Amino acid sequence: MRVLRINKKEVKPAEEKRVDLKLIEPIIKKYKNKKGNLIPLLQGTQNKFGYIPTEAMLLISKETGLKVSDMYGVVTFYAQFRLNPVGKNIVKMCHGTACHVQNVKAVTEDVQNFLSLKDGETSKDGMFTLETVACLGCCSLAPVMMIGDESYGKLNGKKAVEVIKEIKRKETLAAKAKDISNN
Amino acid sequence: MSQTKIIVGLGSCGLAAGAGKVYDELLRIREADNLDFELKKTSCIGMCFKEPLVEIIDESGNYLYGEVDVKRADEIIEKHIVNFTPVKEYLVKSDVIETKFGEYFDGQVKIALRNCGCMDPENIDEYESRGGYEAVKKIVNEKIGVHDVIKSILDSGLRGRGGGGFPTGLKWKFANNNRSKEKYIICNADEGDPGAFMDRSVLEGDPHSVLEGMIIGAYAIGASDGVIYCRAEYPLAIKRLNIAIGQAHERGYLGKDILGIEGFDFDLYIKEGAGAFVCGEETALIASVEGERGMPRKRPPFPAVSGLWKKPTNINNVETYANIPWIITNGAAAYAKYGTEKSKGTKVFALTGKIKNGGLVEVPMGITIKDIIYKLGGGIIDDKKFKAVQLGGPSGGCIPEYLSHTIVDYDSVNATGAIMGSGGMVVMDETTCMVDVARFFLEFTCKESCGKCTFCRVGTKRMLEILTRITEGEGKEGDIEKLEELAYQIKDASLCGLGQTAPNPVLTTIKYFRDEYEAHIRDKKCPAVYCKKLLTYEIVSDKCTGCMVCKRGCPTQAITGEKKQVHFIHQDKCIQCGDCYSKCKFDSIVVF
Repeated sequence: MRVLRINKKEVKPAEEKRVDLKLIEPIIKKYKNKKGNLIPLLQGTQNKFGYIPTEAMLLISKETGLKVSDMYGVVTFYAQFRLNPVGKNIVKMCHGTACHVQNVKAVTEDVQNFLSLKDGETSKDGMFTLETVACLGCCSLAPVMMIGDESYGKLNGKKAVEVIKEIKRKETLAAKAKDISNN
Repeated sequence: MSQTKIIVGLGSCGLAAGAGKVYDELLRIREADNLDFELKKTSCIGMCFKEPLVEIIDESGNYLYGEVDVKRADEIIEKHIVNFTPVKEYLVKSDVIETKFGEYFDGQVKIALRNCGCMDPENIDEYESRGGYEAVKKIVNEKIGVHDVIKSILDSGLRGRGGGGFPTGLKWKFANNNRSKEKYIICNADEGDPGAFMDRSVLEGDPHSVLEGMIIGAYAIGASDGVIYCRAEYPLAIKRLNIAIGQAHERGYLGKDILGIEGFDFDLYIKEGAGAFVCGEETALIASVEGERGMPRKRPPFPAVSGLWKKPTNINNVETYANIPWIITNGAAAYAKYGTEKSKGTKVFALTGKIKNGGLVEVPMGITIKDIIYKLGGGIIDDKKFKAVQLGGPSGGCIPEYLSHTIVDYDSVNATGAIMGSGGMVVMDETTCMVDVARFFLEFTCKESCGKCTFCRVGTKRMLEILTRITEGEGKEGDIEKLEELAYQIKDASLCGLGQTAPNPVLTTIKYFRDEYEAHIRDKKCPAVYCKKLLTYEIVSDKCTGCMVCKRGCPTQAITGEKKQVHFIHQDKCIQCGDCYSKCKFDSIVVF
């Protein structure tokens, strides 16, 4: 594993602007000085930003006295945490046993080809992030994928791509409408 | 108020199948047509293969309808509610009309799932009306002492349902024996085993029974604080648990001096897991609750002596806790009546894979695997040949068809090389490649290994490399022996259950399907026609119409042939992508 070193001086001013650290102040207040607070703090941070920004870790460390190295250790250990920003729609392909037996591999390949993304990547327009996950717990509907909070079951490659196309179409329309109203 | 009730199953599986839309539609129709019925929610009843499920209870009896989409919902309302004629073709269960799923229900004994799908999980009144919190009240009213509670659980023969199979009563006894001001009780709801969802259904469908089990456990061991360690991937379970905890507080089942027992203070909170399979292991789970990387540590000391924050701690699984109130209310003997000599009671299984009736079943111990698959599960999809069943997820193993008369109890299942596990039962047919299944599980454990023990960290990786090579047609003589050697070393030299059991899927598939490994290695063939790189595509000359679809689509120009002439695949150029096979409209391409 390649270890990313976090150095305070390296934080780019542009990035600092993008992340509104005020958002996590209530979370820090809630969990400060509590036993076993590290994971809830990070979970709260990720809920706000969609990932764990370096500056957020530095702020938490400053406020609570937790070590950044410990935080980094936890972030890289658990599957839930991300260190990079994600797309608007996270496409989770279930690779649990039941889905595997029902050939989710072929479905994933079709989705990968359609989005031109590999596992864990985000599209350039920031619309989709593709992830493979262990099990979504809807095994009898295998193969399953989850986009946002919505699960789609009994898929094949074609059906999955249709779902994504539909979301893409809606997003593009919404973006256009926004453009028009702005002008 | 009307006598007629309509109940919609809104568990995670139901929602994924579109039950939310059906519920909204029923609400809409009731308003629009001014109909008189009570609309209620429940959770998963276990029949995931028929989701979304809608139950109608009227004066004449109850009727459970399956696969109800918005259109069917309209039809059912029109025929059943307006014209009083049940719609037979969508019916899956009824106490008035016989259906073809009789066997599915008759073979089951519901103890842990006694309330799932029968009540609104967000309503404590319904839980109480079904005998909920009676066990806690019984302990208070009959002044049952701590040791008698532990004795009841010991006598019931209940063993840990998370997979370990350690007697629950004994665990409680150990935790009780250790004197300490502070003690903890933990519910392990980190169901990480891919292909299993028993705990999710219990938490979503009957959260109060888990709380009640924990309250009784806390009383028995003398704990004042509890933690439910639940997967963050189960948002609905977490939501319903939080509602249940709030309600239990209001009624005085949680908090200070519970039900008037002086000094019996107990409170609990939910800790969201962050996604690590290894946290299902007790000591790793404790490390995770403490906010660290979830890495197991050496035992002893066992958690019963030194667990969370170095205090005596008792950890049980969701299903185990859900059984406890029933045992206290109905007595240990009633529970021990079910099952075999050493495995008492019932077990919930998540039936998935190539099975017709996929879903949750709760069966008495001692039933054969064959009965579960054919009687309850309805057999294999498309009536293909049943090949093997995988029990126990990544820690378990595959039981082949010829051992399907094996009975379900801890010792019989262990004797086959598989383990009972938490209850995942993945059924495989002739199209499933066993080498690939072994590779799949190894890929999972390799990813999920915490990295503490070298043999588990490096050994699983090396095994995965060998298995990947075999499935890609690069297998060598001696690979099987190498896999076995590595497997036994990993088993011997790992600290926790993950490493000790990780090689099981490989060992059992080698034991029962050695010929498949050999076919991959020696003949470079996959007998199940699954491993892509080992496939051969050929055109059947008398079926080919020369439509040129395959030729145009072939990415490597491996197909030649003139229009309306029989085409030909050049094997040296073919990359086995399968594009031609899926595009051919005349079934003229064969794969073997």
